[in-house]
Amino acid sequence: MKSANQRAWLFVLPVLVLVAFNALIPIMTVVNYSVQETFGDNLFFWQGLDWFQQILRSDRFHAALGRQFLFTGLILAIEIPLGIVIALSMPKRGFWVPVCLVTMALPMLIPWNVVGSMWNIFTLPDIGLLGYFLNHTLGVPYDMTQSPVAAWITIVVMDVWHWTSLVVLLCYAGLMSIPDAYYQAAKIDGASNWAVFRYIQLPKMKTVLTIAILLRFMDSFNIYTEPFTLTGGGPGNSTTLLSIDLVKIALGQFDLGPAAAMSLIYFAITLLVSWVFYTLMTKDDTN
Amino acid sequence: MRIELRRVTKRVGAITHIKETSLTFEAGHFNVLLGETGAGKTSLIKLMAGLDPCASGSVLMDDEEVTNVSPQRRNISLVHQFFVNYPHMSVFDNIASPLRIAGMASSEIDERVAEAAKLLQITPMLNRRPQELSGGQQQRTALARAIAKESRAVFLDEPLANLDYKLREELRDQLPEMLAGRGAVVVYATSEPEEALLLGGRTALMHDGGVAQFGPTAQVYRNPDNLIAAKAFSDPPMNVAEIEKRGTSAHLGDVIWDLAADAADLSDGRYTVAIRPNNVLPYRTEKATVSLTGTVQVTELSGSESSARFALGDISWVSLAHGVHPYEVGEPHEFFMDPSRCRYFATDGNLVA
Repeated sequence: MKSANQRAWLFVLPVLVLVAFNALIPIMTVVNYSVQETFGDNLFFWQGLDWFQQILRSDRFHAALGRQFLFTGLILAIEIPLGIVIALSMPKRGFWVPVCLVTMALPMLIPWNVVGSMWNIFTLPDIGLLGYFLNHTLGVPYDMTQSPVAAWITIVVMDVWHWTSLVVLLCYAGLMSIPDAYYQAAKIDGASNWAVFRYIQLPKMKTVLTIAILLRFMDSFNIYTEPFTLTGGGPGNSTTLLSIDLVKIALGQFDLGPAAAMSLIYFAITLLVSWVFYTLMTKDDTN
Repeated sequence: MRIELRRVTKRVGAITHIKETSLTFEAGHFNVLLGETGAGKTSLIKLMAGLDPCASGSVLMDDEEVTNVSPQRRNISLVHQFFVNYPHMSVFDNIASPLRIAGMASSEIDERVAEAAKLLQITPMLNRRPQELSGGQQQRTALARAIAKESRAVFLDEPLANLDYKLREELRDQLPEMLAGRGAVVVYATSEPEEALLLGGRTALMHDGGVAQFGPTAQVYRNPDNLIAAKAFSDPPMNVAEIEKRGTSAHLGDVIWDLAADAADLSDGRYTVAIRPNNVLPYRTEKATVSLTGTVQVTELSGSESSARFALGDISWVSLAHGVHPYEVGEPHEFFMDPSRCRYFATDGNLVA
C-alpha cells in the first residue's frame, strides 16, 4: 500500500516540472521583482510592499482600471445578447448550417495584430473604406486619431466583430443539444416564443453561456494586441487599457518593480472577478 | 372522446413515413400502438397531436375536423420517452405550466396540481427541481402534467422505455388505473409485445408505416389477420415455415401432421405456417404431439422460462417453455408442437386458417 503511494509521485513529477517551468517560476520571478528595486548589474534592494502601495494609490492605475472595466463591460453587454440572438436565428439543419458556421468562424481565425491593422486602415479618414465614407460621403466627422469617442467606438466595434462569433458558436452548440421533445412539449402547452426562450433555451444554454462570459471576460480584460495596433492607447490616454499601461511602465519606462506589482494586482483582479462570477453562476446547481 | 384518422398519409420529401391509414381510437380503454422502431408509431402520434402536418387525409376529434388545428388548440397531452420537464421550474410549476398558459384561476390550479401529484405519488417532491429527482419521478412529473391538464387525448410515446425494470413494471401496473375514467383518449406506443398484452385494451399493430391489424389486444394476439401481424406480435419471434398441403395433412420436410377441419378444407398447395415459440415444447403433452427433432444451437434460461433455438430443415426454430429444461448445445433434442394452435397463411400473407 505504502510503496504504491510513493510510486504515484513519480507519475505526477513530469507534470509538476512542466507546470513549474511554465507557470510557477515565471510568476515567482514577477513576485521577486515586485518587492525589490532593480538596478543594472543585477543589483537588488528590498522594498517590501512599497510598489503595491504606490500602484494602488496611483491615479494613473485607477484611470486605466476604470477604462478596462468600461471596455469589458461594453463588449460583454453587446457580445453576449448579440451572440444569443444570432445563435437563435441560425438555421438548425440543412445546406446553410455549414455556410453560417464557417462564416461565423472566419473573424476568429485572423491573427490579433492583423485585426488591429485591418480596422486601423478600414477607419482611417482619408484612405479607409469606412473612414472615407463617413467623413467625405456622409460628412460625419470620424477620426479615431483625434477623437476619443471615435477611438472607443472603433475598438468596441472591432472587438464585437472579432469575438461575437465565439459566443454565437458556443450558444449554437448549446441550442443544438436541446432535444426536439422540449419544443414539442412547449408547442402542445401553447407556450409563446418568449416562454420557450426563457424556460427552455436559456436554462439549457446556461452552462455554455457561463463559459462564454468567462472566456470573453478574461480575454477582453487582458486585451493588448488589437487596441495597441489600432490606437496605441490614444488619442492621449483615452484608450490606454490596463495591459497597454502595464507594457508602457515595464518596457517604456523600465520600472520593473512597479510593473511587477501592477501585474500581480491585475492578475488578482482577473482571478477574483472570474471566481466570483463562476461561483455565483454554479451556486444554483450545487445546492 | 374519439379520435378518427381518415386516410391520412405523411411524407417528408420523397420518403413516406405513414402510408394511407384509417383508424378510430376511443376513450374508455387503452389504445396501444405496437410496432418495432421505425414502424411509424411516433409519426402517427405526431399527426394526431398536430405536431406534423398530414400530406393527405384528415384528423377528426369527436367528429370535428382538426387537421389544420394547432397542437395547443387540440387540447392534448404528450408524454415522451425522454423525461421532458422545464429544467428551471419546480415540479409544481412544471405541472401547473399548461394550466397557467390556459389562464386558469390559481385556486383551481392548486387543486388540480395537488390531485395529480397525489395520484402519481410525487406530493413530497412538488418544491424540487426536475434534475433533483430520479428518472421515475421525472417521468411521473411529466405524466402528472398530462393528467392535470385534463386534455381530450393523452399520447404516451414509449413513456417507460428509459426507466429501469422495477419502475417500469410499477408504473405500467398503475397507468391504466390513473388514466381510466377521465374521458380522454389514451394512445400508448410501445415496441414490446408483452407490454401490449399487459396493458390490454385495443392494439393497432404497426408495420412499415401502416397498420397491419387493429382490434382488441387479445384477439389481435390470438387471431392475427396476416403474417405481418403474426410476426410483429411475438417475442421471441414467431416460427415461420413453408408447408405443402396434401389432402388432410401438412408436410414440412419430413415432419407431417394432420390438419384441423378448417385448414383441411383448403385446396392443396403451398402455405406458410406460423407457430408460436410457446407452442414448441421440450416435452409431449396430450395436444402437443407433433415431434420436431433438431440440433440445439443456443439456449437461454431466464428464471422461470427456458428458451432454445434449434435447427431443423433449413430454418432455426425457437422454443419457449415454462420451467427449467436442460438442453445440450450441439446435441439433438426432441420438441413437440400442438398442430391445433398453428395458423396458416396464403402466399400473399393473408390468414386462411
